[in-house]
Amino acid sequence: MFPLGVLPYLVGGLLIGLGVSFVYVLTGIHATQSSLLSTTLSYVSKIPYFQRRTNLASREWRLIFAAGVLVGAFIYTLTLSPDGFFVTSVQWWRLLVGGFLVGFGTRLSQGCTSGHGISGLASLSTTSLYAVITFLGVGIATAVLVQTLGVIP
Amino acid sequence: MRTRYLVVFVGGILFGFGLAIGGMAHQEIVLSFLQLKDLGLLVLLGSAALVTAITINLVPRWVTHPMLGGEFTRRQRTLSKRTIIGAAVFGVGWGLSGQCPGSSIASIGVGNLPVLLGVATMFLGAYVMGRYFS
Repeated sequence: MFPLGVLPYLVGGLLIGLGVSFVYVLTGIHATQSSLLSTTLSYVSKIPYFQRRTNLASREWRLIFAAGVLVGAFIYTLTLSPDGFFVTSVQWWRLLVGGFLVGFGTRLSQGCTSGHGISGLASLSTTSLYAVITFLGVGIATAVLVQTLGVIP
Repeated sequence: MRTRYLVVFVGGILFGFGLAIGGMAHQEIVLSFLQLKDLGLLVLLGSAALVTAITINLVPRWVTHPMLGGEFTRRQRTLSKRTIIGAAVFGVGWGLSGQCPGSSIASIGVGNLPVLLGVATMFLGAYVMGRYFS
């Protein structure tokens, strides 16, 4: 069940929870991820959906938050990472097609693993609970199917 | 405003460090969870949600407002068909590629640059959603 051990996952989850909690206690902001896609598009698209007031009000801090996430992962790579930098061997076409579906789906659903999975569940939102059950179930079915078709990794 | 941004940046660093130490910047590890070979992602998601739940549900009982101003709210969304269809579409993309929005940003930080392809199409997917389906 845990070929790599439980500890990295537990420490990782606690740090993520700590980061989200820190921002919430001091600012009241729910630090979530996928809205970044819509709020950043407000810089380049005049479409009313992207120009909504909530997008304009949060687009700066969301970029700063994303920069923090990137820097945090970079610091880990330079310090505790056992094997330094890492490059995936998942095929380019899977990254491309998967990325498109992730962008489209998380925005249609108004949340991702972070927004629904962490902040939504922590807010005891039933909407988020249904979303999490759906993307976990469909994600598992898809990954198992892809593997069964012989596409590795 | 500057202090708020600094807080958000530090929170992001913790989030990104946590994602990286928990293997989420490795699409192979995410996929091994979705193939049910390594259930670690559940531990990560569960512990992150639990810590956040304790904060969101308890801190507002002791402190009336966030220390730097603003309001304590819960993250609520109205349930609709879009919530579920969107989550299903996200699930297909997640299961196909092992990418999700936050972990993709963390991937760039660990030097996993092929994921930039996925980040580019994530923006494209978000654009198509906003342009044609909003």
